Amino acid sequence: MFETLTLSALPPEDEALRPRLRALIEQAIAATPTHRRARSWQGFDAAFSRALGEAGFLGLSLPEAYGGVGRGPFTRFVVVEELLSAGAPVAGHWIADRQSGPLILHYGTEKQRQFYLPRISRGQALFCIGMSEPGSGSDLASVRTRAEPQADGGWLLNGQKIWTTNAMHSDYMIALVRTSGTAADRQQGLSQLIVDLKLPGITIRPIVDLTGDAHFAEVFFEDVRLAPDALIGAEGQGWKQVTAELAFERSGPERIYSSVVLLDAWVRHLDAAGRKDSATLALLGSLTARQSVLREMSLAVTARLVAGESPVVEASLMKDLGTGFEQEVPQLIGDDLASHPDEPVDPELYRTLLYVTHIAPSFSLRGGTREILRGIIARGLGLR
Amino acid sequence: MDMSELIDPFARLIEDVCTPAAIRAIEEGGDTAAMWDAFTQSGFLDALVAEETGGAGLSLADAAPLIALLGAHAVPLPVGDTMIARALLAAAGMEAPVGPIALATGSGPVPFGIVAAHIVSGTAGSPVLTGGAGQSTGAHHDIDAYVAAPDGAALRPVGAVLRALLISGAAGRVLEMTVAYANERVQFGKPIGKQQAVQQQLSVLAEQAVAARIAAAIGARGGLTPSLFDAAVAKHGASLAAGQVAAIAHAVHGAIGISEEYDLQLLTRRLHAWRLADGSEGYWARALGERRLAAPTIPTADFIRAA
Repeated sequence: MFETLTLSALPPEDEALRPRLRALIEQAIAATPTHRRARSWQGFDAAFSRALGEAGFLGLSLPEAYGGVGRGPFTRFVVVEELLSAGAPVAGHWIADRQSGPLILHYGTEKQRQFYLPRISRGQALFCIGMSEPGSGSDLASVRTRAEPQADGGWLLNGQKIWTTNAMHSDYMIALVRTSGTAADRQQGLSQLIVDLKLPGITIRPIVDLTGDAHFAEVFFEDVRLAPDALIGAEGQGWKQVTAELAFERSGPERIYSSVVLLDAWVRHLDAAGRKDSATLALLGSLTARQSVLREMSLAVTARLVAGESPVVEASLMKDLGTGFEQEVPQLIGDDLASHPDEPVDPELYRTLLYVTHIAPSFSLRGGTREILRGIIARGLGLR
Repeated sequence: MDMSELIDPFARLIEDVCTPAAIRAIEEGGDTAAMWDAFTQSGFLDALVAEETGGAGLSLADAAPLIALLGAHAVPLPVGDTMIARALLAAAGMEAPVGPIALATGSGPVPFGIVAAHIVSGTAGSPVLTGGAGQSTGAHHDIDAYVAAPDGAALRPVGAVLRALLISGAAGRVLEMTVAYANERVQFGKPIGKQQAVQQQLSVLAEQAVAARIAAAIGARGGLTPSLFDAAVAKHGASLAAGQVAAIAHAVHGAIGISEEYDLQLLTRRLHAWRLADGSEGYWARALGERRLAAPTIPTADFIRAA
């Protein structure tokens, strides 16, 4: 089973991007302390996102005709790996580059592509994804936010989204809403709409998390009037589109590297402390080996995207395994450091440890919970 | 080469000669000649031997699916070991003996030591060939054995990769068996595979089976002299998976899974043996940790990519 997942090599022309990208990243984060770098894909820096766009590191899988770079998922793998390994602030462009761009390319009209894609590629159109609602978390098909079709072909939007990452920094939201039928119709009658977040009737309230950051938000829609071309793809096909989109969201290196800044800081600590005992080496080797297998698995799933497939089950498998690892890293490193109470620990490493420890539960929530992913895998296994 | 041209006949061969009944007969001390002769006559034993010296010249990565099949069917003879040993002997200009050859890389039990006629230890460049005759472990139906052989630690990396490939095959087969069982076994009026708690466990089993296969593939990419990094990642990952795969499969199967007459145990006993052979996950983690700590300022992503 899952035999299509095999070792896959990155093309040399993608590998060749690393030095130029690395220089850009180092310039941007030279003064950023480790605990800020550890925020990685929750760190927001619009100027850095624009700089990446100008240097040609966004819109990697979008065609050149739409301002993209005309490469593919392998190129994005390289760029994402570099950004996450360094702990660069990528939240600004992250969602647009990863999923909104490909979604618009795939399902959008020519006019929508012409309008949005060049700006995504320049890091100038920032997107968020409106999925969860107060009553709809894992049970996404139960969304109640509703867009009523209007006589002019437009839509009247009412409802509420919550836990929307980066809504307060975004220009647009791609929202999953009900456009026909009732809640009893479940997956039927849902559609995706592109909502300009500057429109009247929209209120965005950031939500502070347990680390003191506010990376997600509540978004309220009160009689928001949307033009006919707000609809992306076909009316009533939102569920199918979202499912395909989530394969993009779930498979990338962001599901294996969320704790890597902490891991690297800990390795430097071990060196400084001069530790070479067998328990330390075993823990370090185990984490390194697991990271390596996860990287090859993520690359294998990326290769399926390159082949034009939508590896929904494989991406779920990858994400569950990857986020489990990401969550174990702070647990194990915390135990290791505190198992050596007479060994001084740099306060910056300790701050990083606590940040990652506290935010780690989100790793297996964002983009689909562990339990939902395992349900998808079970279906893929043919459990009836 | 289109590998399916090799894989399909090899799979048919194994299915023909290596039935669960035939495995049990060998585990009970029965004659191995018929099964071994079938493998000898198939020509697959020289799959890894260079073409110049009369073999098929496959790389270890090419042969990985063949070795995984041996694991998937719990073949109770050292076919993979013999393939590697014959390639090493041929490369060293030594004539390979007739009969099954096991690889001895440490003082622990050697996989297939009971049924091996010969032992290879030494190094990849200078393999040392000695006689078989292993000492039983005393565990029920165990075909592994203690053997007296010269130092073979230098062969531990390739042994580890071989074991990882066998584990990956067995893990895949255990996954299929366990999913099939969960769809058949009815409790509380429905197949247990409909229970979310069981589905969650089977998903973890699937993840581990895939992780074992990818880990083993990392090991196989370097051929018969894998780097320490590749061998460590392969065997650490496969051994880690082996324990979990066996545990979940037995939990889902319930009591029937631990009965001797049910075939699951043919695979899970092998998974445990291979997990421990040629260095467990802990051994390879220490080896890799030492290597990692020698380059502490290199980011992890760079370290694993450079390997």
